[in-house]
Amino acid sequence: MATTDPRLLEGNPVSLTGALLEGVKQRIQHVQDYALLAARSVSNLFSPPYYFSDVLEQMDIIGVGSLPIVVLTGFFIGAVMVLQTAAQFVRFGQTALTADAVSLALVRELGPTISGLLVTGRNSSSIASELGSMVVTEQVDAMRAMGTDPTRKLVTPRMVATVLMLPLLTAMADFSGLIGGFVVSSFTLRLGAVAFWTRAINTLVFSDLMQGLSKPIIFGFILSTVGCYHGLRVRGGTQGVGRATTSAVVASSVFILVTNFFLTKIMLYLAGHVF
Amino acid sequence: MREPLPTRRDRPLPVTTLDTASERVLSFEDVRIGFGQGDVLTGLSFSVAAGETKVLIGESGTGKSLTLKLAAGLLQPDSGSVHVLGRDLSHLSEKELLDFRRQIGFVFQEGALFDSLSVAENVAYRLREDHLNDEEIEQRVRESLRFVEMEDTLDKLPSELSGGMRRRVSIARALISRPPVVLYDSPTAGLDPVTSQTIITLIMRLRDTQGVTSMLATHRLQDAFGLANYRFDGQTGRVVRAPHTGNGSSRDGPATNMVVLRGGKAYFEGSPWSIVESKDEYLHRFLL
Repeated sequence: MATTDPRLLEGNPVSLTGALLEGVKQRIQHVQDYALLAARSVSNLFSPPYYFSDVLEQMDIIGVGSLPIVVLTGFFIGAVMVLQTAAQFVRFGQTALTADAVSLALVRELGPTISGLLVTGRNSSSIASELGSMVVTEQVDAMRAMGTDPTRKLVTPRMVATVLMLPLLTAMADFSGLIGGFVVSSFTLRLGAVAFWTRAINTLVFSDLMQGLSKPIIFGFILSTVGCYHGLRVRGGTQGVGRATTSAVVASSVFILVTNFFLTKIMLYLAGHVF
Repeated sequence: MREPLPTRRDRPLPVTTLDTASERVLSFEDVRIGFGQGDVLTGLSFSVAAGETKVLIGESGTGKSLTLKLAAGLLQPDSGSVHVLGRDLSHLSEKELLDFRRQIGFVFQEGALFDSLSVAENVAYRLREDHLNDEEIEQRVRESLRFVEMEDTLDKLPSELSGGMRRRVSIARALISRPPVVLYDSPTAGLDPVTSQTIITLIMRLRDTQGVTSMLATHRLQDAFGLANYRFDGQTGRVVRAPHTGNGSSRDGPATNMVVLRGGKAYFEGSPWSIVESKDEYLHRFLL
């Protein structure tokens, strides 16, 4: 088919291999830039100046602000789990095991992952849009022009706040999930409070808590640094801010799910050999 | 203030205002920088003497804002060197640049005020970073806002201010730490003539009362003529016509000179009147 592409007409064809290589090169560049930003966000912790008030402010926004949605979601996750698992356990006359199953699933896996994804949707996007807006309105340049390091002022406080608050939010999600599970099991299975809570707590061992509360630390680091990365590299005005917000959520979510797989593998190995 | 073009009778001879290297506060030497699709600056060289006001003029996209950002160390050139206050910026680490920038005041095109902070908090920003006590901060903030005649907006947010007011607050924020060098990126862009004149008067006042060295990027030649033809009289508090010497400066004031950017280089460097005297057709386009 005849082409009107000026690049081809000029005798400078765009090869498929060249385009692919350029794409790969850009992806590698992104990974490198992200890794450098993430490393700086941690290295800033070991030298002044420190922005404690910014950390507290972000803990309020990220932690307290996300509490309602995390608690509500946890409650209904626990409730649904009981509905789904109870039907199976009733067949074997082991309805009491419902509490064990819900507790293990929530604490080991669902609590950290669901909390991570919820906070990603809420906070990684808001971080990206806030920082992106600052970039397009030259506020970040103004900060640098006044001698303030933007990674110290903007990135590190958000990273610290998220890493500190996500495990606490996960614990709240687990607890509200168990409450949801108890409420449903008491109505549908006629399971008593003592029976439910005793089994739910006793089934947990140290390794389960280690899994459930160490994963949020990693997830918190991921969602905050990915949000900051996408926000700080915004180009193209308000459209760019919108794209950055979406990219931050998608990238954080995928990164969390992939990391979760490898973390689970590592934790299960440690549970069997160390804890 | 629309300044009529000088007549042959009062037009001074164009003379360079460059002094010895030791009095240069700022110098660009063969600076090149580009962003993927070719170089924007292709060997820019000029210098700014102590107390001088250098006006960067050029069409859109010629690198005026870029030049200011290079002077502030916000960007690094691909080649060439930028010296400011005796330091080669290309050899400074990011940490050293952060410390260096405390000596530079930068007024961004749209003000770049932090929109979640009030006017007072914006102006006080640098002082808070330096951990000064609250009393001193408040005193200096009021002093700075009084200078730009915005003292009654302490508690307002930037979104509640007009464009001209935001520029004035931005100037107050830039001069709070009393920097020896101030950079203005299109301070009158998008403003009506009256507000533009207010901004130029403020810049003039800062130049004439505090002797700062400044660089101003603009596409309006009348800004350069305004700064060259008038001075702020600190005693009367009024803008008065400045009698001129042959080198484009007032008899009792600092020089105001221009650099016209074209093709990534300094196409012209000299006093505003030199453009009037020049026979160059491209330069005369700025006079229209």
